[in-house]
Amino acid sequence: MDNTRRKFLKLAGLTAAAGVGATVIGSKAMASGAPAHGAPAGHGAPAAAHGGGHGDVATGVRQAIVIDTGKFNDNPGLAEKCQQACHSYHNVPDFGNPKDEIKWIWTDKFANVFPEHSHYKKDDRISSMDIIAMCNHCENPPCVRACPTQATFKNADGAVMMDFHRCIGCRFCMAACPYGARSFNWRSPRGVDKEGHPFIEKMNPKFPSRMRGVVEKCSLCSWRTKKGLDPLCVEEANKTAADAMIFGDLNDKDSKVAKLLRSKFTIQRKPALGTKPSIFYII
Amino acid sequence: MVNKVLKGNGLYWGWLSLLLMIMGAGAVSYLVQFNYGLGATGMSRDVTWGIYISQFTFLVGVAAGGLMLVLPYYLHDYKAFGRITILGEFMAIAAIVMCLMFIIADLGQPMRATNVILHPSPNSMLFYDMIVLNGYLFLNVLCGTVVLHSEYKGIKYPRWIKPFIYLSIPWAISIHTVTAFLYAGLPGRHFWLTAVLAPRFLASAFAAGPALLLIIALIMQRTAGFNVGRIAKDKLVTIIGYAAIINFFLVGCELFTAYYSNMPGHMHTLDYLFFGLVDHSTGIMHNNLVPFMRAFVVMGVVGIGLLFAARRAKSDAMLATACVLIFVSFWIDKGLGLVLGGFVPSPMEHVTEYVPTVVEIGVAVGIWATGFFVLTLLYKMVVAVKRRSEDLLEIE
Amino acid sequence: MYDKVKVFIGLAIFVVAALSIVGYNMSVGDKDGFRTDGKPGPEKPAGHEKCVKETAYMQTSHMVLLNKWRDEVIREGKRELVETVGGEMVEKSLQNGCLSCHVSKIKFCDRCHEYANVKPYCWDCHLAPVETPASKEAH
Repeated sequence: MDNTRRKFLKLAGLTAAAGVGATVIGSKAMASGAPAHGAPAGHGAPAAAHGGGHGDVATGVRQAIVIDTGKFNDNPGLAEKCQQACHSYHNVPDFGNPKDEIKWIWTDKFANVFPEHSHYKKDDRISSMDIIAMCNHCENPPCVRACPTQATFKNADGAVMMDFHRCIGCRFCMAACPYGARSFNWRSPRGVDKEGHPFIEKMNPKFPSRMRGVVEKCSLCSWRTKKGLDPLCVEEANKTAADAMIFGDLNDKDSKVAKLLRSKFTIQRKPALGTKPSIFYII
Repeated sequence: MVNKVLKGNGLYWGWLSLLLMIMGAGAVSYLVQFNYGLGATGMSRDVTWGIYISQFTFLVGVAAGGLMLVLPYYLHDYKAFGRITILGEFMAIAAIVMCLMFIIADLGQPMRATNVILHPSPNSMLFYDMIVLNGYLFLNVLCGTVVLHSEYKGIKYPRWIKPFIYLSIPWAISIHTVTAFLYAGLPGRHFWLTAVLAPRFLASAFAAGPALLLIIALIMQRTAGFNVGRIAKDKLVTIIGYAAIINFFLVGCELFTAYYSNMPGHMHTLDYLFFGLVDHSTGIMHNNLVPFMRAFVVMGVVGIGLLFAARRAKSDAMLATACVLIFVSFWIDKGLGLVLGGFVPSPMEHVTEYVPTVVEIGVAVGIWATGFFVLTLLYKMVVAVKRRSEDLLEIE
Repeated sequence: MYDKVKVFIGLAIFVVAALSIVGYNMSVGDKDGFRTDGKPGPEKPAGHEKCVKETAYMQTSHMVLLNKWRDEVIREGKRELVETVGGEMVEKSLQNGCLSCHVSKIKFCDRCHEYANVKPYCWDCHLAPVETPASKEAH
């Protein structure tokens, strides 16, 4: 199903490149979306979203993380440690204000991370809990669809990547991301604040910084996972609480994540949007 | 023909100098932004597009609005528009120039803008937007100048230009449709995720574009003795009036769908725009845009009423007032509320408000001034050519 | 012709002004980074004989190679090590590969870039190794 639609869209794209009016293409592309969906992904699809959903054939690698929120709740400060591990390694600046803020991994309340799962009579534990949020490395990433230069794209491992060299800073991906996972360099991350304090406290010489005018976000530590290492946040979390975060290949039946997802009830953020997030939460 | 822009009275030169000064201030503002980064604007992590993209969106509409003058004249041979069709085409040129400038102003890395061409991405609506906007600019420059130049030489325009004129008609629809698709295709932004967005864009464009044109025509009637003619004015009233009514109908459809279905995601932004929205994690009420959006409704409705009354009363003053009301009203709707509202609440359901900075407003006003500068030069040419050809007719 | 004198004075001023730039460049600048023939002399890293390609290729086309590496690493996930001509294995990375041998940006990259007046944007993001007093010091 998805495959035929994709082929059609590609064909439509080629036709457009050949110079046919874009309105026609637009309407065709829209029209093709409707029958191809069959049972539309949008309506009440949470169940379908797990493990690929929609009868997709699982091909290739699809990296995923399962987050055990209970373990984070039992270990206050653990999420902050994960954030610290990530941000300090990746030279993520701290501007000290929400307007310029850049973050790859952070926490928020349940009602903010899962607005569509939220309701009036939540138990006290859930209401008070801080939940980790990060890029979902969606299987159908709206940001990748929106990007006009392919500066953001899906790599062969299923991670949604950023090519900072190519980003023109149009921020269409930020409008497209339903998870608020993307940050923009509104000003130079290498600068200093009024007191002369640098935004990147201690530069990690092993990793680049970014320049102003580009979008950035979590890269699922593709530079580590290629070497067989866990992402930094996962590694850091498991130092304190074993299996607080589990990383692995969703498409490998025998991987730890795949087994865990078969045995535990997990939820994803905004599954009704059809993005198929690769970050799963045990609540 | 082009030399006509070099002859003008004191008012003409005064107006151009004023625009040049504003453009200069805009250029300085842009330099500030270029050196500091887009952080010099009021945009933030949560509201990632501000007045640049909202002006862009609105002005694509103004450009597309030119269609309402081209279509009756060329497709239905509506002679009464003979004097103003060219104004529609030239207004589209100025509007597209502004659109492109607003896009460049909004880029974090403007020096890399050509990446859109070097790495073409047919999956992105911005890719198509680039094609249709530049294409529309080309078509209007071509058709406008060829037709005007023919008139200057006192001959009928060549036949080969006809296909381009016909092409420009669906092309006008496409520019605003694709612009609407930028927004309407994003999951998780409920306010934009609506099939009536493109129709609504077109309706408001077909009102705001001709309204601006009529305002300018009425000014030119005073300052340059360029009379549009009563019949053309009356016809424009019909076009602007119905388009404006359709826009309000579509706004009403949005309101019904959101509030009757009672779905929070669909109501949030409308709440924010018309009543104010409380951030449930802080308990703070946010309602910056409420007075604007209410003004949009009031000015729009009053404007429509006044528009038809003006036709009945044959009053140019009333007509101008009505057009200003409708233009400003729809500017608030699309040039402010639509883009800014879409970012509230944020994907994490926080409410962050946006207030443009002085630098940002300076850049925006500078770009508007550039648009009017281009428009003034183009219209100066039109008036000169029209006067000349009419003098020739009288001699004959 | 009128104003012949003025024209010649103007021309003379232009020639002097144009030549003064050349003169300025000859009189100032860090002579240490230059070879005896006046061309820039980037300092080769000590203890490493060969780069990932022959010197002639690296001199003219290192930027092509860097762009290729960039695309391979980020976009295609090809992060395997590369072998130098001398048989060493290095990471396919500007920051963690190239600069692990070429430990001084000032004495290696900048010498040619300044001579050729090119300002690559690499350093907007990528970090140069911390220049030790020894590496900064001219030898």
